[in-house]
Order: sequence, then structure tokens, then C-alpha cells
Amino acid sequence: MKHSVLHTALAAIAIFGAGNMTASAAWEPVRPVEFIVPAGTGGGADQMARTIQGIVTKHSLMKQPMVVINKSGGAGGEGFLDVKGSGNNPHKIIITLSNLFTTPLATGIPFSWKDMTPVAMLALDEFVLWVNAEKPYTTVKDYVDAVKQAPAGGMKMGGTGSKQEDQIITVALEKATGTKFTYIPYKGGGEVAVQLVGNHVDSTVNNPIEAVAQWRGGKLRPLCVFDGKQMAYDEVVADGKGWKDIPTCKSQGLDIEYLMLRGIFMSPKATKDQVEYYVELFKKVRATPEWQDFMKSGAFNTTFLTGPEYAKWVETEEKRHETLMKEAGFLATPGN
Amino acid sequence: MEELVNLFHGFAVALQPFNIMVMVLGIVLGVIIGVLPGLGGANGVAILLPLTFSMPPTSAIIMLSCIYWGALFGGAITSILFNIPGEPWSVATTFDGYPMAQKGKAGEALTAAFTSSFVGALFAVIMITLVAPLVASFALRFGPAEKFAVYFLAFCSFVGLSKEPPFKTIAAMMIGFALAAVGLDSITGQLRLTFGSTELLNGFDFLIAVIGLFGIGEILLTMEEGLAFRGGKAKIDLRVVLQTWKEMPQYWVTSLRSCLIGCWMGITPAGATPASFMSYGIAKRVSKNGHNFGKGEVEGVVAPETAAHAAGTAALLPMLSLGVPGSPTAAVLLGGLLIWGLQPGPMLFVEQKEFVWGLIASMYLGNLVGLIVVLTCVPIFAAILRVPFSIIAPLILVLCAIGAYSVHSSTFDVVLMLVFGVVGYLLKKCNYPLAPLVLAIVLGDKAEEAFRQSLLGSQGSLGVFFSNSLVGTIMVLGLIALFWSAIQEGYSRLRPHSVA
Repeated sequence: MKHSVLHTALAAIAIFGAGNMTASAAWEPVRPVEFIVPAGTGGGADQMARTIQGIVTKHSLMKQPMVVINKSGGAGGEGFLDVKGSGNNPHKIIITLSNLFTTPLATGIPFSWKDMTPVAMLALDEFVLWVNAEKPYTTVKDYVDAVKQAPAGGMKMGGTGSKQEDQIITVALEKATGTKFTYIPYKGGGEVAVQLVGNHVDSTVNNPIEAVAQWRGGKLRPLCVFDGKQMAYDEVVADGKGWKDIPTCKSQGLDIEYLMLRGIFMSPKATKDQVEYYVELFKKVRATPEWQDFMKSGAFNTTFLTGPEYAKWVETEEKRHETLMKEAGFLATPGN
Repeated sequence: MEELVNLFHGFAVALQPFNIMVMVLGIVLGVIIGVLPGLGGANGVAILLPLTFSMPPTSAIIMLSCIYWGALFGGAITSILFNIPGEPWSVATTFDGYPMAQKGKAGEALTAAFTSSFVGALFAVIMITLVAPLVASFALRFGPAEKFAVYFLAFCSFVGLSKEPPFKTIAAMMIGFALAAVGLDSITGQLRLTFGSTELLNGFDFLIAVIGLFGIGEILLTMEEGLAFRGGKAKIDLRVVLQTWKEMPQYWVTSLRSCLIGCWMGITPAGATPASFMSYGIAKRVSKNGHNFGKGEVEGVVAPETAAHAAGTAALLPMLSLGVPGSPTAAVLLGGLLIWGLQPGPMLFVEQKEFVWGLIASMYLGNLVGLIVVLTCVPIFAAILRVPFSIIAPLILVLCAIGAYSVHSSTFDVVLMLVFGVVGYLLKKCNYPLAPLVLAIVLGDKAEEAFRQSLLGSQGSLGVFFSNSLVGTIMVLGLIALFWSAIQEGYSRLRPHSVA
């Protein structure tokens, strides 16, 4: 509830303040702004970046054009290094996913989020445990029992990427249930969902937006969400159920919480004015109906943070990833 | 029957004046994007996506898909004229298209390429119209093992037939595999063979390699041969279109086979690039003109172009019905659908009838418009070859450099392209075939990924590649293709008198 109040309040501020703030903003882009996506075309981060680009263009929120550029090499390392090396160029921003933490840890690429300037957290992406709708398990308990009965490694978990968020959750699941999965990495979330529909894997932890179409088509079934509370969207999606009706994993005996950052960073030496400009820009973006529809379609957690609070959140999350990855044995071996 | 009613309704939507306008605009933009090497359909659609946000969704997708058709058509132009594939799926078109242009038959090659593209797309659209739901569920049967089998078949159907000494073919292919292995290992999430260099994080992009190996390599060769440009005699007359059309029907078997290969590869979804290679390889093997392939045979243009376009079109089906893009461009279109509030997946055909059938109708019309646009331009394209080499070569070089730069907006790639150019020149001088190298770069990492995913799932047992009738059949077909020459030889030895 608190979040939606905050959200509405921010939206109101953005609407009322829009005129004044642009006038009083000390800095404005003088060249086209590069919006880096450290992931491939068509994925979750890419969709969000292009939605933002569309909103900015449609509502003329910026005088200069915004250009989305995918730099997906090395699990996103290419994009992060590009921003790290951009010095004080204020015309470069980047959208992040969990690879902000996992890529440097797993590959040893010389990069940390501290090499960039935090701008704002736009939203948090949820993770849901999915199974094929043909399978008999309708609750987490049924599913966990089936996993326990299968021989070690007999259950296949499909996920996006290797040593990234999906595999981190899988390892947490293994710990919580005392079992062993065979984790199979794929390139993209949509592909993972379809592999589950085709019964090539036994379960996935897809983000809502990646699997919602298959849920509506009656092919997949959500079991629980890896969040501390249920999702906020109560509109019916399929079988008379909405996102809100999916129980939390914690309430089902799986004490695992994981949310993925969808946040914005910019060049390391950006000035306060420049950061402020982008914060205001994203406040305006968040106030548009298109953005709200997008949040609803992907059942996003709409927490919005800026400034020191955002930096603090990122710092805590980095430590957590370090612990999680260390426990899972995912850290890069020295010499790599 | 219901499909036909829906389709006619779709035509009514697509034929609105505004939609026809965006269709023509999309085709023209697409051809330009296809001609510029490196820019590519996916990047082109991504750049132009925001333009469409203010349009109604149906017009927007018509425009974007027409850009896609335009890029498919346009990719063939530079392949044939300058040996520079504008798109990955046009590589196989260079094998016979460029020799044809050198013989002064650029007009014929272009006409054959465009017409075949149209035939392939038309076949795929008809298939989408009639059997969409059935075909979509077939795609679900493709897990990692099945995908590997398809790549295996693509390699085998291309390799077994090489005329070059087998060891040179294998050497070229191994270099390709080694280059494909550079970058992030997607199964373990760790970097391979980058030697601490951050430029190599991305590995060697296929497009950079191809622009260098083919485009720059070709310019170096031409320079050595005294700056002569051998395409000068090209006829620049629209009659060449009609003459080529008269010849085309005799290749109907190749055409039909390529359509089937293309549709199948588009749906699975392996994509247009393996489809074009596989179709070229099989045509070379089974056609009675096969021994002339590589020297400028029309059939060698027909086969890859038909398959690439059929695959490119069929790739939209899994995107619409499953939400899985069959090609990078389809992936960007998918993002567009979500932004317009359309949820691709099993329910799209039920809930968004007007949109889906408007799109399908625009596939028919868009391709027809595209064919007319590009065919009328054939003489203009062919006339480019009359420009003296000393003028055109620097232009090609600049075009290549822009293309290489635009892939990742990185100047390192331009240097890399020049290095590949020199490598391509040296390999050609030593008679190493370039095609197996390119095939290994483009499919090597995908095949490796599917192979390792399969083995992870089967816990290390190779039996997974023969575990069901689908994957088993594809693997056996691959093995037959690989050992085809040996089988043929054995057969002719057994029956020495019956062989003509």
C-alpha cells in the first residue's frame, strides 16, 4: 500500500511540477542521449528501455532525441565498461539488471557499480516459480515433494544466462529444499518460457512479463512469487486468477526473496545538476499512462528511489549478491 | 474457411490508404537498410521503432514488417554487385550471385534473387494463413537436442560437398569454430579466449568477419588484378527481368525444396541464415547443374534466396503465436508488440483478430509491393557496376567501414574488419574456401550451446540425440548428407555398369 501512495504522490508532483522544473533545471542535454542496454534486443531490459524511449518521444519530454543502443557483449560487461569509460559525458545513461552485480563477480571484468553515478531505481522485477500446466502440481508443496522424490539432478530448471539471477534463485531453491536441480541456461527469458511449455525443462523462475502470455494461454501455471509480499495487480489474468492471487514463496515454506533492479546509472563524473535532470525526466516518464500500463502488463514492483537511498539500496544488494554468489561457488577464479 | 474470411477482412485493413503509404515507405527504408552492410534488419527496425509509437498498432506493425521485407530484399543487392553480404542470410547468395555479376549478368542475378525472395515469402505466408495453429505447436517440440540436430544437418549438408581438398575445408571450418568460441561462454558464464582484452568481450561478430573477408578481401584481389572491374558489360534494360523470368520456371524443384527448408528453419526457429546455407548446400548436391555452382549459376542464387525469405517470413509465426522470436529482427518486433499493449502468445490469434490478420494480409501485399519496387530498380543497381573501379572502390571501403562501425558503434570493429580483409585475401590466395569458415562463425556458438544444453539435460548421455523420432530423423539425415559422396561412390562401385 505504501508504495502505491508514494507512487501516486510522485506522479502528482511530476505532473504539477513539470513546467516549473524544466524551466529551473540548470542543465539540459545539448546532444542526443545514448541509452545503453547491457543486454540483447527483445529482452526485459531492452523492452523497458524502448518503452521509455517511446514515451519520451511521444510526450516530447526531452528536446534532444534518445537513442537506445544494445551493448550485450560479455553478459553486459561491454555496456558497463562503455559507461565506466565515458568520463564526464552527461549524454550517456544505462539501464541495469542484476548483471550489474553478477557480471563483474562471475567474469572478473574490472567494473563495479561505483564506477558509475546512480540516477534512479525505476522498478523492481519480480520472479515467479512456473511449472507446465499439464503437470499435476498445483501448490509449492506438491512441487517440492516431486523434486524431493526425483533422483538428484533429475529435475531440470531452465533459466536465462549462467551464474545470473535465475541460477542464483535455483541455488537458493536447492538450499531451501535440500535437493539438486540440473540448471540449463538459455539466451533469453521468452525462450525459457517456451522450453517449459514444450516440457524440455521441469520448471522456471521467469519474470512475469516473460511468461504471462503462456499463462493466459493456459500452458503454464504460477506457483509462488519470490517477494516478501504478494504482487499488487488484482486484475484477472487467467483461470479467474490475477497476479495478486499468487502466494509468496515464503508463505509456502520456501524462504526465498529475490527482486531484480531495473535502475538507471550514468557516467562516473556526472554533476549534480545532470543527475537531477534525469531524475526529473524519469519522474515524468513514470507519470504517463503508457508507463503505468507497462508496469501492469509485467506486474512490476513500482518502488522508485533516488539519491542516497538508491545508492544505499544498491550497496546492500551488491553485498547480498557477493554472499549469494560466493556460497554458490560462482565467483570468478583468479587469473581469469 | 474461417481463416479465409478473416484474411479478407485483413486485406480490407491493409488496403486502407494510410496503411498502403506506410507499406511503401517501409519497403523503401528496408531496402536502404538492407543495402548498408552491418546496419541490418534488427538494428534498422530498432532505430525506427519509436517512429511508429504514434500510429495505430496495425499500421505500425505493417510498417515495421515492411522494413523487414525490404531489408530481406536489399541484402541481396550488395552481395551480388560487390560480394559484400548486407545481411548474414545473404552470404550464400554471394557464392553464385557475384560470379554472375562478374560475367556481366548482374541484372539476371538480381532479378532471380528478388523473384525467388518473393516466391519464398509467398509460400511461407500461405502456410501461415492455412496451418498457423498446427505449425506453431510443432515448434514446441524443439528442445536443445532438436536444435542441435538442425545445426548439425546445416553443417553436414554444406560440408560433404565441398570441391576443395577436404583438409583445407576442415582447416577453414576449424578456424571458424575457434573464432566463434571467443567471448562469453554462455553455459558457464565465464570469458573465453579474450586474454584480458575488453574489446573481445563480445567475441568476433559474424558481420564484421563477413564484411572483411568478403568485401575488403575482394577489393584487395581486384587491386592486384589491375583495378579492372569485370561487371562493366552489365545490361541495363528492364527486358532482362522478363528474360530471366522465362528461365525461372525450370528451377521449380529447387524452388519448392528451398521453400520447404526455409519454412521449416523459420519455424523451428533456427532462422534465415542456416536456411540459406542448407538450401544452397542441398541444391548443389542434388541439382544436375551442381558442378557449376560457385561459377555463376542462376540456380545457386535461387536456392539460398528462396529459403532465406521463406524462413524470414515463417519466423514471424512462432513470434506471434508463442512469443518466441525466430530471428533478431523478430525479437525487436516482439518488443514493439509489447509496447503497443499486444501480448504475443497463444491468445493473440483469438483476442486480436484484426491485428493478426491485418499483419498477415500486409505480408502478401508488402511482398508484392516490395517485388515491384526492387524489380524496377534492377537496371539502376546494375548500372552501378559501370562506374569505374577507382571511383567505386573507395565508396565500397567507406560503406564497409560504416557498416562495421554500426554493428556495435565501436572503432575497434573497423580495425578488426580490415584485419579480416587481409586474412580473407590470404586465404583466397592459398585456395582455402571461405564459406565453411563463415558458416562455422555464424552457427558455431549456437550449435555448441545447444549441444551442451542437451548434454546437461541428459546428464552427459549422447543418446539424447536419438531419444525420439524427431531428433533421431534429423541426425540421420545429417549423417547421410555428410557421407553422401562416399555413399554415392560405394553405390556406383556396386553397380558399375548402370551408371551413365
